[in-house]
Amino acid sequence: MRTFGSLLVRGLIVGLFAGLLAGTFAYVTGEPRIDASIAIEEAGAHAHTHAHEEDHHEDPLVSRDGQRAGLFLATSLYGVALGGLFAVAFTLLRRKLRTGNDAYAALGLAAAGFVGIVVVPFLKYPPNPPAVGDPDTITRRTVTYLLTLVIGLLAVWAGVALSRWAARYGDVARLAGGVAGLVGTVVAAYLILPGINEVPESFPATLLWQFRFASLGTQATLWLLIGFGYAVAVDRRPIRSKVAAA
Amino acid sequence: MAAPARSVAVPALSPKLLSVALLSVGLMLLLAYLVGFDQGAVSQSGMFLHELMHDGRHLLGVPCH
Ligand SMILES: [Zn+2]
Repeated sequence: MRTFGSLLVRGLIVGLFAGLLAGTFAYVTGEPRIDASIAIEEAGAHAHTHAHEEDHHEDPLVSRDGQRAGLFLATSLYGVALGGLFAVAFTLLRRKLRTGNDAYAALGLAAAGFVGIVVVPFLKYPPNPPAVGDPDTITRRTVTYLLTLVIGLLAVWAGVALSRWAARYGDVARLAGGVAGLVGTVVAAYLILPGINEVPESFPATLLWQFRFASLGTQATLWLLIGFGYAVAVDRRPIRSKVAAA
Repeated sequence: MAAPARSVAVPALSPKLLSVALLSVGLMLLLAYLVGFDQGAVSQSGMFLHELMHDGRHLLGVPCH
């Protein structure tokens, strides 16, 4: 038996490492796309201000180099927060997950979190690089984004509940129930939620999707490492028998 | 391959555990808020922290400017 404190600390440490490595992935795949997006914005701004003789460029609060370093701070802190939340969810839900193996439970929980918190919001409101969004709609975009997080987790829950209910009719029904619960909830929510598309027509589609896949990959790295890291961290067998089992 | 360990490593639910868990959730959400959404209101850093973590916020899929 582990205490809650020990379960939580493991989650925080796993989250920190997952965040640092996700930051590395983001740095390699995402930063070139962010630079390219900013270059496009600045080219547009120059064309605009040309008539006003002078350039209205303010000094940025944080330099680009500072922001590149801040990327690691952001993913690390976010990783710590997610790792902590993951540990709490593991503690509270562990007995409801129908497996005798704590490592499998951690992996299943991470998969559920990734689908609910990353994949479902991504499909409705795919992320955009800087310099694309309209600042006036930030509140509306934030609210709808948070709604998709809640809906994503609800959809995962509905999928699990329906597949468990349908399991009495056989394995095919169990699978169909899970898919129906998940997809049904998502489709219903997507029809109700407003569509938001602020990317200008002129913005290159290739660059846009390269950025979006970099973002998806960053979050996949984060969740994959949280799942596997926690699976290892929570395993109570000594290292030697872990190696023997592998 | 060894048989999976039939162990459940978590303590039993109790009111005390629930209250500590809830407090932890609050702290973690505050941390996630500071990375993802704060524009100086909570951090009292003006827009500095917001700008510092701007690339990370966008790559983590959070809507921003
Ligand atoms: Zn912003």
